[in-house]
Amino acid sequence: MEKTTLFDKIWDAHVVKSVPAGPDVFFIDKHFIHEVTSPVAFLNLEKRGIGVKYPHRTIATPDHNVPTVDQDQTIKDKLSRMQVEKLRHNCAKYGIELHDLGSAHHGIVHVIGPELGVTQPGMTIVCGDSHTSTHGAFGAIAFGIGTSEVEMVLATQCIMQSKPKKMRISVEGELGNGVTSKDIILYIISKISAAGATGYFVEYAGSAIRSLSMEARMTICNMSIEMGARGGLIAPDETTFEFLKGKQYTPKGEEWDQAVAHWKTLKTDEGAVFDKELTFDAADIEPMITYGTNPGMGIKVKDSIPTTEGMEGSNKKSYLKSLDYMGFQPGEPIKGKQVDYVFVGSCTNGRIEDIRAVAQFVKGRKKADNITAWIVPGSREVEKLAHEEGLVKILEEAGFELRQPGCSACLAMNDDKIPSGKYAVSTSNRNFEGRQGPGARTMLASPLTVAAVAVTGRITDPREVFDN
Amino acid sequence: MAYDKFTILTSTAVPLPTENVDTDQIIPARFLKATEREGFGDNLFRDWRYDVEGNPKKDFVLNDPTYTGKILVAGKNFGSGSSREHAVWALYDYGFRCVVSSFFADIFKNNCLNIGVLPVTVSPEFADKLLSAIEENPNTQIEVNLPKQKITLLSTGDSESFDINEYKKANMQNGFDDIDYLLNMSSEIDAFVEKR
Repeated sequence: MEKTTLFDKIWDAHVVKSVPAGPDVFFIDKHFIHEVTSPVAFLNLEKRGIGVKYPHRTIATPDHNVPTVDQDQTIKDKLSRMQVEKLRHNCAKYGIELHDLGSAHHGIVHVIGPELGVTQPGMTIVCGDSHTSTHGAFGAIAFGIGTSEVEMVLATQCIMQSKPKKMRISVEGELGNGVTSKDIILYIISKISAAGATGYFVEYAGSAIRSLSMEARMTICNMSIEMGARGGLIAPDETTFEFLKGKQYTPKGEEWDQAVAHWKTLKTDEGAVFDKELTFDAADIEPMITYGTNPGMGIKVKDSIPTTEGMEGSNKKSYLKSLDYMGFQPGEPIKGKQVDYVFVGSCTNGRIEDIRAVAQFVKGRKKADNITAWIVPGSREVEKLAHEEGLVKILEEAGFELRQPGCSACLAMNDDKIPSGKYAVSTSNRNFEGRQGPGARTMLASPLTVAAVAVTGRITDPREVFDN
Repeated sequence: MAYDKFTILTSTAVPLPTENVDTDQIIPARFLKATEREGFGDNLFRDWRYDVEGNPKKDFVLNDPTYTGKILVAGKNFGSGSSREHAVWALYDYGFRCVVSSFFADIFKNNCLNIGVLPVTVSPEFADKLLSAIEENPNTQIEVNLPKQKITLLSTGDSESFDINEYKKANMQNGFDDIDYLLNMSSEIDAFVEKR
């Protein structure tokens, strides 16, 4: 029998039809929607006079532009309020399950999907959001789509997709102390660039990946898009099953056993061929931070910002434009730079494990005076656990401001904006110009590094604070 | 939604050689609050085009009347980042019908094809050739011929062919979108679901 990859197995099982010299008609098991990329899709359905084909396959939550304070009150920003109200209206009209503001499972769409057990191995999952790749951590094919495609999924439960090429990235060995999955993915992207996996779907493998928790795996898959990949996935294993067991939407009893038996078959065959294979040694990975304006511009915290040596033409110009935006010089060390804000949250690192890591680190310490520290749980469930476990108390004593769930300062659609020219070290996924507010200067790092920065007020290697 | 048919486009072009232009630059998140697909062109490249007071920044190419046209010639890795289709709506609404680059991000490219902006991938050398020609003479005409899958610098006759799959090509030429195709497959989709 032909040796196939995990990606092939899932993809091929979802092809309704292959269009000659064209894309595949690709069936979608689960569809997540939010308030920003869905309204025009619903509007177009209305214009065409058609409805939603399988409403139970779509799940909605408002996350991108919701306020992170006073969520029990009417949203003050008129346009944001209109988008959220549209989402409510559309969900009610078509019978789509909505996890609204204030409800028990409200949160960032990529946090609540796994939390509810909607996300399961072997599924195809899409959402009008590029970080849909997060769900790949469960051994699902999950990727972001545009609004036209949101409309297609609502109307037909299918999209037209050409099958991407396949890449396997293996990370072997043991991670050092103070090194997290965020450092793994920032390290990989820094090695292959922000476009290094464009055209590919990535499978992450190797002993270092296997050893990670589900939360940590989600962080890695989440940022697949930041190296251009359509998505990334990790074969399901006992860690996956353990996480999913007993969740609201996972099968129960005998059906659970059958599901697990099937999920265990979801792996790449020995000898299956990838279009590209990369292997990294976990021992080479250390705490990482970005210094530029795309996620590929990352270095070890202990290293200096690269010089322009070997660069020319538009490449050099683009590089210098980026450093100019950040207010950095080529060749200077990044450690010790003063920081103004820290942001812990987002679909990348807004889960309970991330908040635990930060709380454990700052316990008994205080944030530096020059730092404004925001912590935004990825969901109500995360928020609830953070309270129950006493993490909120620790964080508040350290001077962190806890806000309510949402995408928040990751993309600054709501009022959570970093002021122009200020430096923020964030656990989120993008350091693009203006991403956290017009003129804001973002550096991406792990929750541990962010905690260390919060305490010292400067770019700091978390291992040095541990030692003290 | 159906869009204008695309066959042969002859136009001057706007050069934007910056690399890794992400969709947050094409349309910043704070302008994604609309519930209809209108008016996004006004905020195309908002923070590169206007200062905080809303005054046009003189050094940005869209504010330079020398360069106009329906073709944007962009640097490599154009359209990376967020999946927001609003980025393509903004380009379309502003008047661009074609974007040329040596490298596109995947989701952005799909979004372009779904709403009728033709993404043309050329070699880095040809992209450089186009950019130099435009900078030298902003009135340089470029022909994008979809039926022949060929892009030509009319001043010199230099040309290069480009790839597009037959299905998408036919869609662009006829102004069809995927949803028209999928709606006709309803019974096959039902049968697929039934069988699982």
